[in-house]
Amino acid sequence: MKTILSDQQLAITIKRLSHQILENNDDLSNTCIIGIQPRGVWFSNRIAKEIRAIAPGTSLEYGILDITFYRDDVRNELHIANQTDIPFSIEGKNVVLIDDVLYTGRTIRAGMDALLDFGRPRKVELCVLIDRRFSRELPIQPDYSGKAIDSIISQKVKVCWQENEGKDEVVLL
Amino acid sequence: MQLSTKHLLGIRDLLPQDIQTILDTATQFKEVLQRPIKKVPSLRDVTIVNLFYENSTRTRISFELAEKRLSADTINFSSSGSSVSKGETLLDTVNNILSMKVDMVVMRHSASGAPHFLAKHIPAAIVNAGDGINEHPTQALLDAFSIREKLGTLEGSKIAIIGDIMHSRVALSNIYLLKKMGAEVMVAGPPTLIPKHMAEAFDVKVEYNLKKALEWCDVANVLRIQLERQNQVLFSSLREYNLAYGVKKSMLDNLNKEILIMHPGPINRGVELDSDVADSHHSLILQQVENGVAVRMAVLYLLAGRGES
Repeated sequence: MKTILSDQQLAITIKRLSHQILENNDDLSNTCIIGIQPRGVWFSNRIAKEIRAIAPGTSLEYGILDITFYRDDVRNELHIANQTDIPFSIEGKNVVLIDDVLYTGRTIRAGMDALLDFGRPRKVELCVLIDRRFSRELPIQPDYSGKAIDSIISQKVKVCWQENEGKDEVVLL
Repeated sequence: MQLSTKHLLGIRDLLPQDIQTILDTATQFKEVLQRPIKKVPSLRDVTIVNLFYENSTRTRISFELAEKRLSADTINFSSSGSSVSKGETLLDTVNNILSMKVDMVVMRHSASGAPHFLAKHIPAAIVNAGDGINEHPTQALLDAFSIREKLGTLEGSKIAIIGDIMHSRVALSNIYLLKKMGAEVMVAGPPTLIPKHMAEAFDVKVEYNLKKALEWCDVANVLRIQLERQNQVLFSSLREYNLAYGVKKSMLDNLNKEILIMHPGPINRGVELDSDVADSHHSLILQQVENGVAVRMAVLYLLAGRGES
């Protein structure tokens, strides 16, 4: 087991990513962030909180999206669906999709399909905490990346959160 | 996470956790149905045949819509206008359809046990959409979903099933399901329409007085008198049935609590349910129909996910 990000590094990374998202989307009233269920939501909660702290008084719309029904492996493996909650229109908005680990790109492909069923955003960007580069099965790249790592298939990236696992940490298993 | 069964033949075969999984998945599908685009690509590569050997409005449309919302390919078959009238057997008919590569069969039949028979002989997953006087599992699931949505939980809730218990597959499926999920169940109706030994066999309360049943329950699930399945006189006239067992607005107004009225449809207005009750704020009837699509999507999704590969 190898630590990729300690709790301090994770906090700094979340701050940096939040600032970068703000830098590219100065008009927050036309921007929304959407976390991907289940594990991306822990990360997107932090990003939403951070952005609201950096830019107080602005309204940032924040939703969560479940992609279970859009997966391409329904027949082989059954996943249990989680809640989707996007209580605003994404029509014409800049959407930042947020997930914890970008690996094959299939989740994000499903996420984009799911997202487009809610309307036509002006632009969709992708923010991930960990980018497992060189392991993509689809042509998808992040716009904001916390840390890019090289890993092999047998390895697993585990992102732990204070709210769930008891501490903030990213490890390679 | 999978169901413990390959087919949905009846609620009797399900574990409580299967029911929980189906209802939880249906909650997510209900959200899908509120979106601008009410369709997901989950069952893109699945072909489903709807095999209806008996008339149906709601169930058939609901299944068909559920299949379409899941992006499955569907074929509709009804016995009238088919080669069934030329003498083809059920098994032959289904095997011929399956040889065209069909993955799932949704089936309604007037013979109890017809889907169970088919399940023994064919490889496709079977969903029972009502078999004779045996079971109607998706109706019970959508009833439970609607109750859970209104009351928050099934456990400990008091459900009275009122009317033609003897000929009702909805009643049997509902009793199995509600008991498995920890609800209290009462069956009420004329003695001739309630099978003997119900209380011992299913651990339900039996009540012959409609007013007492309404006073006891949180939810009254009122059933249709199934004249097409009755071959003897079990009550003297529909008018008399209405006088003794028809749910009337005045009865609900005189209760010192609000109860919910459900009905699986089709309603015989003025027989088991008066019009002003069916259209009142007590009535969950149209919500039941709405929830039916989400519940059937959940069933089809969870069964299709049990890959054979």
